[in-house]
Amino acid sequence: MRNGTEPIILGAATLLAVLGAAFAQDELFRIHAWILVAILAATTIVLMRRVEFAPAGQTLPPKDASGYMDDVIRYGTIATIFWGVTGFLVGVVIAAQLAWPIFNIEPWFNFGRLRPLHTSAVIFAFGGNALICTSFYVVQRTCRARLFGGNLVWFVFWGYQLFIAMAATGYLLGITQSKEYAEPEWYVDLWLTIVWVAYLIVYLGTIVRRKEPHIYVANWFYLSFIITVAMLHLVNNAAVPVSFLGVKSYSAFSGVQDALTQWWYGHNAVGFFLTAGFLGMMYYFVPKQANRPVYSYRLSIIHFWALIFLYIWAGPHHLHYTALPDWAQTLGMVFSIMLWMPSWGGMINGLMTLQGAWDKLRTDPVLRMMVMSLAFYGMSTFEGPMMSIKAVNSLSHYTDWTIGHVHSGALGWNGMVTFGALYYLVPKLWNRERLYSLQLVNWHLWLATLGIVIYAAVMWVAGITQGLMWREYDDQGFLVNSFVETVSAIHPEYVMRTVGGLLYLTGALVMVYNVWRTIRGDVRQEKLMGGISAPTAIAAAQ
Amino acid sequence: MDYSAFRQFADSWGLLYLFVLFVGVIVFTFRPGSKKKAEEIAQIPLKEDNDDV
Repeated sequence: MRNGTEPIILGAATLLAVLGAAFAQDELFRIHAWILVAILAATTIVLMRRVEFAPAGQTLPPKDASGYMDDVIRYGTIATIFWGVTGFLVGVVIAAQLAWPIFNIEPWFNFGRLRPLHTSAVIFAFGGNALICTSFYVVQRTCRARLFGGNLVWFVFWGYQLFIAMAATGYLLGITQSKEYAEPEWYVDLWLTIVWVAYLIVYLGTIVRRKEPHIYVANWFYLSFIITVAMLHLVNNAAVPVSFLGVKSYSAFSGVQDALTQWWYGHNAVGFFLTAGFLGMMYYFVPKQANRPVYSYRLSIIHFWALIFLYIWAGPHHLHYTALPDWAQTLGMVFSIMLWMPSWGGMINGLMTLQGAWDKLRTDPVLRMMVMSLAFYGMSTFEGPMMSIKAVNSLSHYTDWTIGHVHSGALGWNGMVTFGALYYLVPKLWNRERLYSLQLVNWHLWLATLGIVIYAAVMWVAGITQGLMWREYDDQGFLVNSFVETVSAIHPEYVMRTVGGLLYLTGALVMVYNVWRTIRGDVRQEKLMGGISAPTAIAAAQ
Repeated sequence: MDYSAFRQFADSWGLLYLFVLFVGVIVFTFRPGSKKKAEEIAQIPLKEDNDDV
C-alpha cells in the first residue's frame, strides 16, 4: 500500500477541527473551524482516492525519486497565477470602492475587510507562491540536487495554500489582529510557523546535499528571505490568546513598542519578502534569459550583505513625528538613505548583465519584462529613501503618495520579475518549445507598464494634493480644509487609479490565456520581433 | 538588562561588532584571487539544467 498514511492524518485533523467547531468560544471561531473542516474533509477524500494497493502477494515498485522534483513547481506556477489574478481583481474592486462607495457590500465585502484580502493576496499568496516555487526550481538547478524531504515538499505547498485560505476567509468574516500585513489571528499564525519551518528544512536540506561546491548567490537571497521572515513573523505575532478555542488575542507589546515592532516587521516584510526573495529570482532568471553570467558576481555578494545589514534598521521611518523617540526616527531615516547604495548596486548588476547583449531586448519580450522590473526596482528604491527623509515625509505621510510608491514597487518590480520568471518557467516545466505567443507577452508588458504608470502618477498627484491641503492654515491659524474636502478633491485621481489597476489586471489575464495555450502545447503562428517568423526561428534553434 | 544598559551596549560594542563584521565581508569579497573564483561561480546557472541530478 502506498500513500496510506496521509489520508489517516488528514482524517484525524478533520476530526480535531470538528471538535474545535463544537467547543468554540465564539461564533467567529466556530464558523472558521467549519470552513477548516470543509477544506480538510475534501482533502481527505482526494487523498483517499490516491491510495495505491499492490496486487495480492506483491509489493509496489518504489517511486522514482531520481531527477529534479518539478511536479510541485508546476503546481506552484499555477497557484501563483491564480492568486495573482485574484489579488489584482480584489485590488480593482477596492479601488472602485474608494471612488464609488456604493460598491461596499456589507458586511463581508466592504473596504475594511477586502483591503487586507487584497494586500495579503498579492504579497503572500501571489508573491509567496512565486517565491516558494521559483526557490524550489532555482535551488535544485544551482545545487544540482533533488529537493530534500520527499513529501515534506508537498506539505509546504499545500500547507501554505491552507494558510492563505484560512487567512482570506478570516478577513472576510472580520477576524483580524489589526497588524499591517500580519492580520491573521494567533491560530493561523501558528500554522504558518509550522509550514515555514518545513520550508526551511526542505531548502536547507537541498543545499546540504548539493553537488556544486559553491552556493550560488540566488540561494543566499532566498535563504535570507526564509530565515528573516521566520524571525519577523515570530516576534511580530507574539500574542496571548484570550481562550484556546477563540479568535481573540492580545499583543505581547503595547503602545509605541507595539508600533515599532509592527513596523520593524512591516518594513522588513518589504525588505526580505518583497526584496531579498525576489532578488534571488532576479539573480537566476535574468542571467538565464539573457544567457550570460551576472555582470559582477562580487558586486552581488556586496549587494547581499549591504542589503541585509542595512534593511533591518529602516523600519522606524514609518513612524516619523509619532511618539517614537526622535533618535530612533533619525536612525530609521539614515539607514533608509544608505539603502540607496545596495539597491542601486543590485539594479545596476542586473541591468549590466545584458552588457554586450542589449540587442536581445529587440527580439525577446520576456527579457524586456525583466528589464522593466529592474527599472521599477530602481525607481521605487529611489523614491523610498527620499520619502523616508523627515521633511519629505511630513508632506507624504498618511497620503496616497505612499500607496503609489508601494504599487510601483509591488506591481513594477515584484509583479514584472515574477511574470518574467513565469514566462521562462512554463515552457521549461511543461517541455514546450516556446511560449504559445511572444506577441502576447509584449501585450502583457505594455498593458502592465501603462497601468503602473497611470497608477503611480495619479497617486503622486492625489498624495501631494492631500498633503498640501491637510497642512494649509489661514492667517488666523485655522486649518483651511475640512477632511472631506480633501477626499472630494482627489475623486478624479481615484477613478483614474481604478483604470490603471484594470489595465494591469487585463495584462495578467492575457498571461493566463498565453500560459494556458502553452501548457496545452499550442504554438501561435506569428511574426517574431526582429522580422523572423516563428517556424524559422524554431528551426534555427534546433 | 534595562533600557539604558541595552542602549549603552548597542551604541558601543554592538555597533563596533556589526561594523567590523561588515568591513570584514567587503575585504574578504575583494581578497586577492577572488575575481577568478567569482567568475567561476557566476557560471553555475548557465550550465545545462536538465541533465542528471
